[in-house]
Amino acid sequence: MAESKELQAKGKMAVPASAELTKPGPVFTPNVDIFETEKEIIMLADIPGVKAEDLVIDLRDDTLTFTGEVKPTGHPGAEDILIEYQVGSYYRQFTLAEMIDQKQIDAALNNGVLRLTLPKIEKAMPRQITVKAG
Amino acid sequence: MIIKRLFDLPNYGWRSAFDELERMRREMDSLSGQTAGKAYWPTHAGVFPLVNAAEDQDYFYIRSEIPGMKSEEINISAVGRNLTISGERKIASEGEHVKYHRREREDGKFSRVIALPSEVQVDKIEAGYVDGILRIKIPKSEAAKPKQITVK
Repeated sequence: MAESKELQAKGKMAVPASAELTKPGPVFTPNVDIFETEKEIIMLADIPGVKAEDLVIDLRDDTLTFTGEVKPTGHPGAEDILIEYQVGSYYRQFTLAEMIDQKQIDAALNNGVLRLTLPKIEKAMPRQITVKAG
Repeated sequence: MIIKRLFDLPNYGWRSAFDELERMRREMDSLSGQTAGKAYWPTHAGVFPLVNAAEDQDYFYIRSEIPGMKSEEINISAVGRNLTISGERKIASEGEHVKYHRREREDGKFSRVIALPSEVQVDKIEAGYVDGILRIKIPKSEAAKPKQITVK
C-alpha cells in the first residue's frame, strides 16, 4: 500500500459473562494476533493499562487463558468531563491445537502489548518424509 | 437493503453489524421512557484514539489507550485551546514464514484534535506514556481557574 491507512476508533467488546467474577468491574476481550512459525506459536495481545504483576497466564489441558487486571488510576477530586471508553480488566481464552512445551513459555509485556511465545514440542514440528521410489 | 429509520439522526456508518440494532434499541428505550438499567454503549466522536477527560480546579487530565507505541512516536501539540494527539502505530512484520491464525490488532495513522473547554498554559503541559496508556496533565490558565469571592 502506498499510504498507511487511518486507525479507526472502535469500542471495546465486553466479555459475555459465563461465570460471575469475584472482582467487580467490566471485563473486555482484547484484540489479539496469533501466528505460528515452524517452531513456536506467538500471540500478541493489546492490553493497555495492565502491569506485569497484574497479569495471570494459565495453560492447562490445551487451554490458554490470560487475565489482565487494570486498576483504575484516577485523580482524586477530578470530575470527569468526557468518557469515551470504559476501563476494565481483560480476559481471553484459547484452545490450542498444538502441543506446547509448557516449561519454555515466554511472556513479555511492553507498552501495553503482551507477547506470548509458546514453543512447540519437538514432535509437532513438521517433518519431511521422503518417499523412496521403489 | 433499505432501512427506514425512525428518527433522522446522523449516522456515522456501519462499524459493526450490531451498531444499527444498538441504536434502534436505544431509541426505542427512550421512546418508551425506560432505560434498560445497564450501561449503554458510550457514544464517542468516532476518531481514534478514544479519550477520557477529567478536570479539577487547576488541571485537565486526559487519558487515552494507545498500546504498542514508543513514547517518542506519539506527537502531542497544543495551540490555544486545541490539543492534537497524532502518530502512527506500526505493527512489526514478523518474518516471512509465518502463518497467521488471527489478525485483530490494527495499525495505521491517527490524529485527533481535542478542544478544551477553557484556556490553558500550553508550555506547562506534561504527558506520560506508561503501559500503553497516554496521560496528559494540562494546567489551566490563571484566568480560567475558579476564584473564590468572599462575601462581606
